Amino acid sequence: MDLKEIEENFEFLEDSEERFEYLIELGKGLDDFPDDQRTDDNRVYGCQSKVWLISEQAGDRMTFQADSDAFIVRGLLRILLALYNDRTPQQVGEADAEGLFERLGLEAQLTQGRRNGLHSMIKRIRQIAAEA
Amino acid sequence: MTSPNAELTAWIAEVRKQFPALDVQVNGKALVYLDSAASAQTPMPVIEAMDDYYRSKRSNIHRGVHFLSQEASEAYEAVRPQAASFLGASDPDEIVFVRGTTEGLNLLAYGLGERALQPGDEVVVSEMEHHANFVPWQRACHLTGATLRVIGMDDRGVLDLERAAEVIGPRTKVVALSHVSNALGTVNPVAEVARLAHEHGAVVVVDAAQSVPHMPVDVTELGCDALVFSGHKLFGPTGIGVLWARRELLEAMPPYQVGGGMIQEVTAEKTTWADLPMKFEAGTPAIAEVIGLGAAMKFVLDLGWENIQAAEHAVFAYAKEQLDALPFVKAIGSAPSQIGVYSFEIEGVPAYDLGTMLDQRGVAVRTGHHCAQPTMRRFGVDATTRASFAFYNTFEEVDALVAGLKRVHRLFG
Repeated sequence: MDLKEIEENFEFLEDSEERFEYLIELGKGLDDFPDDQRTDDNRVYGCQSKVWLISEQAGDRMTFQADSDAFIVRGLLRILLALYNDRTPQQVGEADAEGLFERLGLEAQLTQGRRNGLHSMIKRIRQIAAEA
Repeated sequence: MTSPNAELTAWIAEVRKQFPALDVQVNGKALVYLDSAASAQTPMPVIEAMDDYYRSKRSNIHRGVHFLSQEASEAYEAVRPQAASFLGASDPDEIVFVRGTTEGLNLLAYGLGERALQPGDEVVVSEMEHHANFVPWQRACHLTGATLRVIGMDDRGVLDLERAAEVIGPRTKVVALSHVSNALGTVNPVAEVARLAHEHGAVVVVDAAQSVPHMPVDVTELGCDALVFSGHKLFGPTGIGVLWARRELLEAMPPYQVGGGMIQEVTAEKTTWADLPMKFEAGTPAIAEVIGLGAAMKFVLDLGWENIQAAEHAVFAYAKEQLDALPFVKAIGSAPSQIGVYSFEIEGVPAYDLGTMLDQRGVAVRTGHHCAQPTMRRFGVDATTRASFAFYNTFEEVDALVAGLKRVHRLFG
């Protein structure tokens, strides 16, 4: 599912409960994460739930894979991956994740970063892109 | 609802009017507050008592000769005998105001542990302790070369008394036990454990944070030597708690913090400590919070334990019955003595998701390890969802929780 499709689907959701239910649906469809990569080194700390993130670069394009033990967080990760995957490091650095979550009606998820670690995940991705 | 419940329902409805925060709307829905074990709501008399201090008594205590300072000192010191009496203790000097249970237990782990233990000594705790009654003792043992021993529990979350009798022995210096487990709701047989400990001359420390909101707590009946609780779980302010300990114990312990207000005389060569309880109250205390705590204890006693327990037990029994009946809910902890707390998991539903989805419906529960990782490990889980109850919770709120759980379960089904 690409970002455009996700954004369109969010437009039909009426309240935050529905948005969370949709996040859970998205989370169920997150690509499998390699078991052997669920290591402490790949952990993104700062979330109540566990999050792992790895990246690869092929040519000038970056690919991220991520996982969490919470489905809502997996849903947020799926949106992040749709935003960031298959982009150049420069595009990753410039992508407006905050604006996207606001458009989706998930701005509260940004302010509640202590609970879901969204900020930490965005920060880690930007850091990886900056070092690429 | 049957008729005895109608009476209880009316009593609860009346009591709720005293708690303004219970009227908050969450996402356009009525708040269902099932997180009182983390922090209980505050009734108007507590809010008013603190407001009155700031409006008409605002001043530092003890060392002022002026009018306001005397007013504030009187209001503050009036809470000390009140707290003693609340705990069935006779000597107000045995009451030390602390920041909360955590600070009280750190003070005890310093005075009875860090500064008193020697290699070969043992401290005994249970597997169901909150980290606040586990980590300070663990650290004291590490620093002194003493050994920390842990009493386990069975699959229901009942303390293993037989094991306690084996573990507690001549080397035991301190037994630190929660009266009620914050993660499981188990009421522990403190008096029996205290008897075992005293046979060997050990000191008994009780973490009463989760018992004082639910039942009268009497240090004489419990037979303990020290006991700590937090104001904010007893419908009082945050940042204030009570430490009670037998006078001989307090006199023998060194001060935990030093500074103003706790000295007799200071010279360049040495300082002598003030008498009890000032020896343990360095610096300006949480004056408004102590006064608020006094109002909270009075509020509880005015409501009456009989009324409080009748309402709370009925709603909690209803909650247990409804939740146990949900086939997808797995209770974590089911001790016969369970009180105030229902901890559970739903297979395939991460606690974080469960808590977040319930929040969307206005239902406030707590998810995570509840600062009780040894307990979580015992049950083989990382986290649970915990619904906790106070006397202001209603039968309808239980229904709202159950409806929310059914909906979340369907989402993940």
